[in-house]
Amino acid sequence: MVCSVTVTVTEAHRTIDAVWRIESAKLIAALVRVVRDVGLAEELAQDALVAALEQWPSSGVPSNPGAWLMTIAKRRAIDHFRHQKMAQRKHEEVALDLDTTQEAIEVEPDEVPDDLLRLIFTACHPVLPTQSRVALTLRLLGGLSTEEVARAFLVPEATVAQRIVRAKRTLATTKVPYEVPVGDELSDRLGSVLEVVYLIFNEGYSATAGEDWMRPALCADAIRLGRILAGLAPREPEVFGLVALMELQASRARARVTPEGEPIRLMDQNRAKWDRLLIGHGLAALARAEELSAEPGPYTLQAAIAACHARAGAPEDTDWPRIAALYGELARVTPSPVVELNRAVAVSMAAGPEAALPLVDALGAEPALSRYHLLPTVRGDLLARVGRFAEAETEFTRAAELTRNERERAVLHAKAAEAAARASTP
Amino acid sequence: MKFMVLVKADEATESGVMPTEQELAEMGKFNEELVKAGVMLTGEGLLPSSKGVRLRYSDEGTTVIDGPFAESKELIAGFWILEVSSREEVVEWMKRAPFRDTTIEIRQVASEEDFGDALRPELREQEARLREQSAQRAR
Repeated sequence: MVCSVTVTVTEAHRTIDAVWRIESAKLIAALVRVVRDVGLAEELAQDALVAALEQWPSSGVPSNPGAWLMTIAKRRAIDHFRHQKMAQRKHEEVALDLDTTQEAIEVEPDEVPDDLLRLIFTACHPVLPTQSRVALTLRLLGGLSTEEVARAFLVPEATVAQRIVRAKRTLATTKVPYEVPVGDELSDRLGSVLEVVYLIFNEGYSATAGEDWMRPALCADAIRLGRILAGLAPREPEVFGLVALMELQASRARARVTPEGEPIRLMDQNRAKWDRLLIGHGLAALARAEELSAEPGPYTLQAAIAACHARAGAPEDTDWPRIAALYGELARVTPSPVVELNRAVAVSMAAGPEAALPLVDALGAEPALSRYHLLPTVRGDLLARVGRFAEAETEFTRAAELTRNERERAVLHAKAAEAAARASTP
Repeated sequence: MKFMVLVKADEATESGVMPTEQELAEMGKFNEELVKAGVMLTGEGLLPSSKGVRLRYSDEGTTVIDGPFAESKELIAGFWILEVSSREEVVEWMKRAPFRDTTIEIRQVASEEDFGDALRPELREQEARLREQSAQRAR
C-alpha cells in the first residue's frame, strides 16, 4: 500500500537524520583534510547524504553507515577532481591521499580525532564574523541543516545560507590552515571556540515557552559540542569549566519558568525539580577544570558560582561569602560592571545591605549601566533594606522606566509604591 | 531528549557470570565512544537479583521480598541514560553496542510536557507555596 510505503520512507529518513547527527562531523572533518576546502568537503558530504536518502529506504541502513558515507563522498571527490581536469600530479596526490584516508577510516575510525578538533577551530576561526561562526559550527559539527539553524535563531533561512556561503568563501580566500593552533595562539583561538559554544547555549536558554522547540534544543546542541570538545582537548581547564557551567545552568531548566511561562528567580525555584544527573555531571566537570588549573578562568569561575547554588539543598544554605569571593575573582579576570553588580548582590546576602551599598553606589557613574534596569532595582532593594525608603522609591521608579518587561515593570511599580508608603509613615 | 536503555538479564547475568576481559574491553570502547560524542549521561551494570530486594505495596501494608527473582526475562542487568536528538539516534547508537545474544529495551525518559495539564494545578500550588516561603524568609 502507498500509505505504508510512505511511512517506511519517512522512518528511513528519520534514521538517516540520526546517522547524520552521529557521523556528519567526523565525515566532513576527514574530508576537509583530504580536499583542503571546507566548502567542497561539505558539498561532498551532502552528496553522500543524498545518496543515502536515495538508497537506504530500499536497501536498508548499512552495518557501518559512517564508512558507507565516506566511500561515497570519496568517489564524488575523485569525480570532482577529474571533472576539474586537475594537473595529473596533483590528481595522483589527491587519489593517494584518498586511499590512505580510506584505510585510516576503515581500520580505526577514531584514530584521527585531531580532524574533528581541526574542524572546530576552523569553523570558529576569528577571521569569520561571530554569527557565521555560530551557523557554521552548528551546521558542520552539530549536524543541523540550514533550515534548522534559521528556525533556532529566528532568522530567515536565506540569511543563514548566505552567512554559511560567505564563511566558506572567507575560509578559502584567506587560506585558513586546517590545523589545531599551538602555543600562545591556542588560548586565543580556544576562547573563540568556547565563545561560540556558549553563545549557542545562551540562545537556547533565552528561548521562552511556546517557541519553536528548535530553540531550547540549542542548549542540548551546545552541551553536546562542549562535551565533544572536552573529549578532544582533555587538558584544557576552560573547556571543562564551560561544560560545567552549561550543565549546571541546564540542570535548572525545568524549575525556572512557571507553567504559564513566567520566569522564576533562582532563589524561588523548586529545587526538587533541578536535574540531579546534570548537577552531578556539572560538578564533576568543574572538579576536572579546577584540577587542571590553579588559576581558574572566567567559565570555571562562573561554573563555581553556579555550583554554590547547585550544592545548596535550600536557598538559605547558599554559601554567599564564597559566591561573593568568586565574583571578586571573576571581576579581576574579566572586569565588567555587570559582574561588579552581581558581586554587590552576593555581598549583600553574605554581609548585609550596608556592606553592599558602597559597591553599588560606585557603579552609579558607570556609563555601561546607565540604561540597565537591574542597577536601580538592586540599589532600591538595598536602600529599602536599610530603611532609606524615599531614595528606594526613586530607584524603583527609575528601574520601572528602564525595563522592557511588562510584568517586571508592574512588580517594580508595586515596590516603588510600597517604599513610598513606608517613607511617609515614620 | 533522554532515553534509558535497559539491558535484559539472562541466565548468565543472573548466575553472576562476569563478562570476559575481551567483553569488558569492547564495552569500554563503546562507552568511550558514547562519552566522546557527548551523549552519555550515565551507565551501570547491575549485580544479579540474588543481591536485590523487592518491595510490594498494597492496602494490607508493605512486604519486603529478598531476591533472587525467578522470571529472569523480566529482570534488568544494566542500564544507560543517553541524551540524544531523537529516538532514531539512540537506536543507531545502540546498534553499535558490542552485544551478541542479548535483548535491550529503550525507553524515553518523561519530561514535564509529557505530564501535560495533569500536573499543573498542583505544581502551581507548590510553586506559589515556595515563593511565599522565600518571601517570608527575605523579610
